[in-house]
Amino acid sequence: MQVLYFAWVRERIGLPKECVESDAKTVSELVEELRSRGERYALAFADTSALRVAVDQELTSFDAPLDNAREVAFFPPMTGG
Amino acid sequence: MVVRVQKDSFDAGQVLNEFSSSASGSGAVVSFTGIVRNVAGGLKHMEIEHYPAMTQAAIEAIEAQAVSRWELDGCLVIHRFGKLVPGEQIMMVLTAARHRAAAFEAAEYLMDYLKSRAPFWKKEVTESGAQWVEARSQDEEALRRW
Repeated sequence: MQVLYFAWVRERIGLPKECVESDAKTVSELVEELRSRGERYALAFADTSALRVAVDQELTSFDAPLDNAREVAFFPPMTGG
Repeated sequence: MVVRVQKDSFDAGQVLNEFSSSASGSGAVVSFTGIVRNVAGGLKHMEIEHYPAMTQAAIEAIEAQAVSRWELDGCLVIHRFGKLVPGEQIMMVLTAARHRAAAFEAAEYLMDYLKSRAPFWKKEVTESGAQWVEARSQDEEALRRW
């Protein structure tokens, strides 16, 4: 799947998107896998309560299932308007 | 129902005039324009990042909610991204309805949801550095009244 990062999540991880091979069943499982990729990831995902997630461009929760998800995006709370 | 997500600036007066003439059967048109304000320490510019694959659909979903709740005759949202300096227009919301209460309420609803549910992130660049604007708890609380 494609994993996208926006705003300070993108800056902390150091890239805007990447292709990730994963068997994670939920967003939380994917986060655990990403955390183990290194310090930058561990820092970006240190506190998931400060993050929001979208699966296939729909806002969802960290408990959400990932079955056949093509795109998962992580970002801070939005500041539009 | 129209959504425009764009880098370029726009003429708020022209947008309002065109919207009003297309909503000629309505008794009320409300327009809101958001402008980049200066901040303590002097804002050099603001950078607005967004999630291109999601932004348009997310705003359309918010508009669809507003249209169904207030029976709007028309609704237009413009939101910019990219580099903006103080004084520039960031966004505009317009609503048209039979009566003013619906037009005002729907415009407020759209603003509240755009703040917290449209995938934009603002970064303020000042002389002393750059900083991401943090979402405020009031913005999240504002959604509860709807």
